[in-house]
Amino acid sequence: MKETVTVVKVGIADLNVVKAPNRIRTSGLGSCVGVVIYDSYKQVAGLAHIMLPDSSLTKQENFNKYKYADTAIDILVEKLIQLGARKSQLKAKIAGGAQMFQLQSASEIMRIGPRNVEAVKERLKFHQIPIVSSDTGGNQGRTIEFDPVTTKLKIRTVNQGEKYI
Amino acid sequence: MDTKKLSSLHKDVLREIGNIGAGNATASMSQLINKKIKMEVPSVKIVTINEMMEILGGPERLIVAIFFRFEGEVTGTVYFILTVEEANDLVSKMTNGQVTSIMKNGEQDPMAISVLQEVANILNGSYLSAMADFTKLRMTTTIPYLSIDMAAATIVTGLIELSRSSDYAILIDTKIVGAEPNSSTKGHFLLIPDPESIPKLFSALGISV
Repeated sequence: MKETVTVVKVGIADLNVVKAPNRIRTSGLGSCVGVVIYDSYKQVAGLAHIMLPDSSLTKQENFNKYKYADTAIDILVEKLIQLGARKSQLKAKIAGGAQMFQLQSASEIMRIGPRNVEAVKERLKFHQIPIVSSDTGGNQGRTIEFDPVTTKLKIRTVNQGEKYI
Repeated sequence: MDTKKLSSLHKDVLREIGNIGAGNATASMSQLINKKIKMEVPSVKIVTINEMMEILGGPERLIVAIFFRFEGEVTGTVYFILTVEEANDLVSKMTNGQVTSIMKNGEQDPMAISVLQEVANILNGSYLSAMADFTKLRMTTTIPYLSIDMAAATIVTGLIELSRSSDYAILIDTKIVGAEPNSSTKGHFLLIPDPESIPKLFSALGISV
């Protein structure tokens, strides 16, 4: 009997976790960064679609913790452990952080892509989670999909088609 | 103020700002391409970022987006959004058929891109100047920035500032259409004021917040 595979979709400023054989996907990463954290032995994976680098930037009292690199990664790690992952075995793959518009005069906040990438790397380092592969920067949007069985991250762009990292 | 809880009066006022701005912008566009252009009555929507992507045809939908920020007494983001076909059509009309596609040999045609940026610049300028006249609020705008890519990737850039203070965007969406029967949409003109600017717009028009 064939097992059905569900592809769980993650929106902007959102996160979720899956168990094999299910896969997890997020669409249209621009300056946002997609962070995949997984345990390849337990075949569980989580994905966060991060919009902003640090929760100290918020002007809200009750802010969406999935929006910021620091708070989202903390929650993602916690959810993965609840799902059976072992913290010491966690690894990460990241993609996104592009600069979609060649802004010259705009304020610092608009150069958000590279800052998001930096913040994600820092938070992963804090949790001692190694980054196995990454595809960041540039000026193209990316759609990514992770398969916890193969631990391959599929990346699709408009101009360069699909590749795996 | 909580942008989730706008009254119907507030929405009417924002729709009127959209009407005046877009009316001026479509008049400019009609002159530019020498064709009658109509606009639909603007819709005012309060949406999450993810809902906004659905309005634009999904996060992965390929769009041509021309982006502006405006600064001054009120601040916010403007997007002029076209499908690739609409952009090709607009460039073709503007160049009298000399340039018929925004892509040339697999790359963006610089001539077509600069035509699109100029059209967007004129639309944006006439929209914002009508809005400034109506509200008596001062504002200046950046130059146009263009990207042809997935909707979510391009649109989030204009929402970075807003997303620090809200999970919702107030969207004043005007569809521009040709005047001939059955003519298709020519583009979306989206005005997204920053949350802090919403009360300023209302008080400038003498409406209590």
